[in-house]
Amino acid sequence: MRGLFYVLAAVAVIGLAFWAYRETHQTQRAVAELRQLQREISALREAIDVQRAEWAYLSRPDRLRELVAINFERLQLMPVMPEQFGDVEQVAYPPPVIPAPASPQEAIAGFDPAPSDDSEDLP
Amino acid sequence: MTRTPLRPLARILHARSHGENPDAIERENLRLRHEALRDRARIRAEGRLLVLAAMFFLAFAAIGGRMGLEAASDPAEPRVTAFEADISTSRADILDRRGRVLATNLVTHSLYAQPHVMIEPERAARELAGIFSDLDEDRLLRQFTDPGRRFVWIKRRLSPEQTQKVHDIGEPGLLFGPRQMRLYPNGRLAAHVLGGAGFGREGVSAAEVIGIAGVERVFDDYLRDPANGGAPLQLSIDLTVQAATAEVLEAGMRMLNARGAAAVLMEAHSGEIVALVSLPDFDPNDRPLPLTEGDAADSPLFNRAVQGLYELGSVFKTFAVAQALDEGLVSADTVIDIRGPLRWGRFRITDFRNYGPRLTVEQVLVRSSNIGTARIAQMFGAERQREFLGRLGLLQATDLELTEAPTARPQMPANWSELSTMTISYGHGLSSSPVHLAAAYAAMVNGGTAVSPTLLRRPRAEPGPRVISAETSAHIRDMLRQVVTSGTASLAEVPGYAVGGKTGTADKPRSTGGYYEGKVIANFAAAFPMDDPKYVLIVALDEPVDTTGTEPRRTAGWTAVPVAAEIVRRTAPLLDLRPQIARRPVSGAVPARY
Repeated sequence: MRGLFYVLAAVAVIGLAFWAYRETHQTQRAVAELRQLQREISALREAIDVQRAEWAYLSRPDRLRELVAINFERLQLMPVMPEQFGDVEQVAYPPPVIPAPASPQEAIAGFDPAPSDDSEDLP
Repeated sequence: MTRTPLRPLARILHARSHGENPDAIERENLRLRHEALRDRARIRAEGRLLVLAAMFFLAFAAIGGRMGLEAASDPAEPRVTAFEADISTSRADILDRRGRVLATNLVTHSLYAQPHVMIEPERAARELAGIFSDLDEDRLLRQFTDPGRRFVWIKRRLSPEQTQKVHDIGEPGLLFGPRQMRLYPNGRLAAHVLGGAGFGREGVSAAEVIGIAGVERVFDDYLRDPANGGAPLQLSIDLTVQAATAEVLEAGMRMLNARGAAAVLMEAHSGEIVALVSLPDFDPNDRPLPLTEGDAADSPLFNRAVQGLYELGSVFKTFAVAQALDEGLVSADTVIDIRGPLRWGRFRITDFRNYGPRLTVEQVLVRSSNIGTARIAQMFGAERQREFLGRLGLLQATDLELTEAPTARPQMPANWSELSTMTISYGHGLSSSPVHLAAAYAAMVNGGTAVSPTLLRRPRAEPGPRVISAETSAHIRDMLRQVVTSGTASLAEVPGYAVGGKTGTADKPRSTGGYYEGKVIANFAAAFPMDDPKYVLIVALDEPVDTTGTEPRRTAGWTAVPVAAEIVRRTAPLLDLRPQIARRPVSGAVPARY
């Protein structure tokens, strides 16, 4: 009985040691991968920062003003002026499109307050 | 274990034969057995104590040793964390009110040399002098060939092209160190607000970026604090509005031959500054050195809008009229005697031109009568005037978030006499900055509550303490509107925006005392739209002259006012203000024609 206990304990110790070793190994691999990813992330972040700086530099008001002046013939851009504001009422409605009725029945069906689906089946 | 019997037969028999008590033998043996047991137990306990002591010793030794190692090791960033690190080591960005970048960082390189590993010092010195025109070849060569030197700084900051060129020299003794550089992508725009940044402590692999002036300096701790996690600083400045204001102001300054100009555009209720321009300006990417001689006000670094303390002239008349109205001393229709000149001791107060014998209070402001305002100021006197201007914030430095702001203390007479009261009522004898004026005008037109100017975006603005009643504020708005429709600022009319304001033309004081002949500071303090003012605009021009007429005109009505009107015309649409223009009434739906 006692001998069996010793054997089981030894097996448990060996098993736990193996498990601990494997876990450590996996952790180290994960850490290495994490470092690699973090390096990539920080490199990408830096790249984003550079792009943001470049975007801000390229869209600086001075440059835009110059570009507008150079391309005035094509773009005809002007500064926003008060006269350019309008009211909704000033926007015209599109003219209603009235299709010509194919038959008198259809024309009548068009004025039906609640046209039914089978109106076309009428003789 | 063999058990020794307690009553060994041989000894018992022997004892009996000698007539002794055999129980004594049993007791004796029992005692011996107990002693042996006790000794064993003690040894075992001692052993356990020893093991326990050893374990404690080892545990404490391990902790102590670990602590020692941690204390002695180099600091390292925590790389393995479950969450994204909230610690940012780079200086935070500065954004405008709509999130556009005003200041950010760029990684560049610094250049240094290690002469002892150089292969061809002569060639390196020659080529470096070829790339950087400001480097001296002989001096570099002397440094490179000096056997005592192991380290030479060559350049603090390289552009990517320069880095590549230096790289192409192929000299192993020339080395690059990474440098974070502060970049202001908009160049000169808002230069006085941003200030600039430079390097603090420097090492080979990194350098501290510290703010030198402007918001960069004031918020230096915030911008550098790693615990913020790189959260940007959001200003109240609007990039587009700032650009439009600067463009118009610069054009106006050039057209009017002014030495300098300043403009402040402020939200009337919150005190947030949307645009702050001071001309001439500078490029914060390449901040010029302060002047070592001459007048500091001539330097482009000088912020006229914040540091420029000027006697602002007639724009102050609004405050005198507002105070008299608010205290119930006069109403808008009260008639004031303006027959001049008004003599006070050996001092004469005159008007720009003769406005007749009397004017109503309203007309005193609209026509800008010095004599009339002085008479109104006499009604409330020095003490109350001082207290009123103090409540408007015109007597102490503003708490604007710029390094220059606390130094700009308004200058006022030490002895606030009745004569001072009269001159200050029309803007002479008290110097303050355009930002002061903007805050005071905001209080005049926004319904009567004081505002404190700020460059930060505030989520919600609490109305400040009341300065004048809402009713007085409405009267003042009405009068300021009339200044534009029928008074001195007729050129400020911008269709749809109901601009109102007050002009001010102040003679420029000589540094030696007295005033220059023909040199003025022209101001226009405006607000729009006047039925419910959202924005206050101050335009100040230094020595402007309008030469389009037959004779040079210097008054604000001909100089600052048209510039301000153009600024309103350009910026109001950008500020999402709809013009109130009476349009042709449209009845019902109109079909489009193609």
